[in-house]
Amino acid sequence: MSRFDRAGVAGAAVLVVAALVAVIGPLLISADALDVTRVTAAPWQSPGAEYWLGTDHTGRSVALLMVQGAGTSLFVGLTAAVLAVGIGALVGILSGHFGGLVAGALLRVTDFFLVLPALVLAIALSTVLPRGLGTIVLAIALTSWPSTARMVRAQTLTIEARPFVERARALGGGHAHVIGRHVLPSVVPLVLVNATLAVASAIVMESTLAFLGLGDPTRISWGAILHQAQLHGAVPQRAWWFLLPPGVAIVVVVLAFTLVGRALEAVVTPKR
Amino acid sequence: MRLAGRLGGAALSLVMVAVLGFFLFRVVPGDPVVSMTRGRPTTAAMQAELRSQFGLDRPLHEQFWSYVTSLLRGDLGTSFTFRRPVADVIAERLGPTLLLVGTSTLIAVGLGLWLGVRAAWRRDSAFDRAATGVSLTLWAVPTFWLGMLLMMVTGDLFPSRGMRDTDTAPDFVSQALDVAHHLVLPSVTLVAVVCAEYMLVMRSSLLEEMHAPYLVTARAKGLRDDLVRRRHAVPNAVLPAITLVFLRFGLVVAGAITTETVFSWPGLGLLFYDALTGPDYFLLQGLLVFTASAVVVMNLLADLLYGVLDPRVKVV
Repeated sequence: MSRFDRAGVAGAAVLVVAALVAVIGPLLISADALDVTRVTAAPWQSPGAEYWLGTDHTGRSVALLMVQGAGTSLFVGLTAAVLAVGIGALVGILSGHFGGLVAGALLRVTDFFLVLPALVLAIALSTVLPRGLGTIVLAIALTSWPSTARMVRAQTLTIEARPFVERARALGGGHAHVIGRHVLPSVVPLVLVNATLAVASAIVMESTLAFLGLGDPTRISWGAILHQAQLHGAVPQRAWWFLLPPGVAIVVVVLAFTLVGRALEAVVTPKR
Repeated sequence: MRLAGRLGGAALSLVMVAVLGFFLFRVVPGDPVVSMTRGRPTTAAMQAELRSQFGLDRPLHEQFWSYVTSLLRGDLGTSFTFRRPVADVIAERLGPTLLLVGTSTLIAVGLGLWLGVRAAWRRDSAFDRAATGVSLTLWAVPTFWLGMLLMMVTGDLFPSRGMRDTDTAPDFVSQALDVAHHLVLPSVTLVAVVCAEYMLVMRSSLLEEMHAPYLVTARAKGLRDDLVRRRHAVPNAVLPAITLVFLRFGLVVAGAITTETVFSWPGLGLLFYDALTGPDYFLLQGLLVFTASAVVVMNLLADLLYGVLDPRVKVV
């Protein structure tokens, strides 16, 4: 196994563990443990035998917050990435397949969104729309589809220039046939790689929006924990147990998605 | 012809930025005045007053017309929280951001390109693996978290809020030293995140050149290894990397928003945070139009620069 494959496998293993924690974890936590009004522990406790990762400013266990937050962070990351890559693939295939005005207009819009600073637009969107998970997912997806669109378009153009597509056209294959039978299968591997890498940046973006206070106020995510930490002065109080776990979790999961994405990329596009 | 095309494309992008800025904050579910005054005691009469003051009671096409004409005069509207022209507020905050972003970008470009060249030239060496590993990890690190971490680790070594202390002597040297002291943590944060990106870009750009025939020629002439690198490989590989520095300007903008928020650096990034917590739609709209236009202009510069630096592009 090459170094690349090993890194990819390690990344995949991390993701399996994270997914298990996110799915099973919340089932084992009683609602009382995370209810600010019902917790009994003292606030700002450093890690000990009872609370492995200490407690936050209200006395909730940071370890439980981390488990509860995993689901939100992963869910937003995954759905936003799938939505973004879906939009990107659709725009890419359409602008690659249909030439002329349609392609010109789609390309123009893609380039425009590619240039716009994603975080700025995401902030604007999540400020004007009502707070909630849907808004976050939408804001991330609407700002991160253009790179996929460019790549899928390039791939579509290469495929459509090949003789077998010309043959399919000559035999009477329509748009649906060419796109469904020839373009789509060749685009799928590329889209998968893109989706994996897109999850990584979507998770970072979610944590940034949540940190700025634009997250869903009713849900705990890793970024939202850091927002609380900043708001209630975890830094001046040196409450490292409140600050380290969410950040480390984000870095580990994002890195895992990146490594898996890069390993997949090496498989899909063998170089020289 | 190429130049005209590029200029036209950039102009169209600027128009699209302006249109987006208008509709994003007008076609929103709910009443902007209600959202902006949420949590404050307001009567219906006061809301109506605000609506007419900001022109929100007029038909959409009239609002759009006045928005466009004032935009052309450089008027970005009036801030709801500051009760002053948005353009003035932005101009006031521009200096600190330019200082932070300028310093950090210069350091990040120098460091990133140097690391990238070293890593690519000895591909798969221990240095390459370490540099690539660190860069990939830094890429995964949320900027704001890195800032909070640095702040906690360094403790009282560096000031962590604002740009200067109020009790510093008013002479130039003391003031400059004070600002530099405040600049350390925010710029280290921004450099760390942006530098990783530049390093990876430079590395892959040089790797593309590694097997070029002209390098074989240079070696066959008997040039020393580091002369081959400095005189032949790097000058060719650095062009796309430099252009990408301009193209990734959006990244720096995003970094500035979170870094300034964490360190209360009184620049445009902190203004963004103020605008979204308000929420102050008019300020946010002005900031969106301003930063997006800046990024469009940077992209145009990157395009033009590439043509000047690399004559091969013109042939294509």
